[in-house]
Amino acid sequence: MEIGLAHYLTVAAILFTLGIFGIFMNRKNVIIIMMSIELMLLAVNINLVAFSSFLGDLVGQVFTIFVLTVAAAEAAIGLAILVVYFRNRGTIAVEDINMMKG
Amino acid sequence: MVVQALAFYLFATVAVLSATAVVTVRNPVHSVLLLILTFFNAAGLFVLLGAEFLAMLLVVVYVGAVAVLFLFVVMMLDINFVEMRQGFLNYLPIGVLIAVVLFVELALVGAGWTLTDGAVAVLAQPTPEGVTNVEALGHLIYTDYAYIFQAAGLVLLVAMIGAIVLTLRHREGVRRQKISEQVKRSRADTLEIKKVPVGRGI
Repeated sequence: MEIGLAHYLTVAAILFTLGIFGIFMNRKNVIIIMMSIELMLLAVNINLVAFSSFLGDLVGQVFTIFVLTVAAAEAAIGLAILVVYFRNRGTIAVEDINMMKG
Repeated sequence: MVVQALAFYLFATVAVLSATAVVTVRNPVHSVLLLILTFFNAAGLFVLLGAEFLAMLLVVVYVGAVAVLFLFVVMMLDINFVEMRQGFLNYLPIGVLIAVVLFVELALVGAGWTLTDGAVAVLAQPTPEGVTNVEALGHLIYTDYAYIFQAAGLVLLVAMIGAIVLTLRHREGVRRQKISEQVKRSRADTLEIKKVPVGRGI
């Protein structure tokens, strides 16, 4: 019953896959897509912490702190853009987000 | 040891199940609440790994800030989520296909991966003995990684300013106090002295 590195990597891989799956399944709902991105970042964090713990190297955890920071910033900016978009268009449908024709 | 294994399987199972539900339930509010559950269980996994500080950080930052932000936005925007769900089943085959391919790839990487013998000798910051996780991390991020720590703070500042600038709007018809105009007012703007002739008024 020894819990090793492989167990944690498996959980992280499943979570990452679920994140990708969520992006493909909820093509119309930006909020769920952003939640899926958060799930993927969480999976990456689990990977980093697992390696940090099993190799005995603290840098993995330091890096995780910065990943958390960037994830929080990304969520804040993304949701702000979403609110502005909803205010202008009255919908958050992903298909309509080509106004700028970039 | 058995307790640890049981705890791992409990946290891992609940995390995976709730993550599955996050991307499949109909109601986005439930989705956000399940996301919070996923984060709590991931925090439990972090505690099992000996990263207590990150576990608490995950609870504070993700559950306390990010998930609540999601909840605010989901509840604030008046969106027809039933319409959003249309086409869900159309995307199922391609979604499952890509997920399976990705998982097989990750599994191959995980199966084929081994640690070289010299890797332990070149660790950047070996975990110190006899100090708590919080103390060890504190020693690191305030010394060797101080500049990156500052950069992280800067990222958060920029994100905060960006979010405020994006969502701030000046609505018409709202009376605001303009202190500069109040201070600039002179007596000539507001007072007028009239000579009133006796018996006639103005």
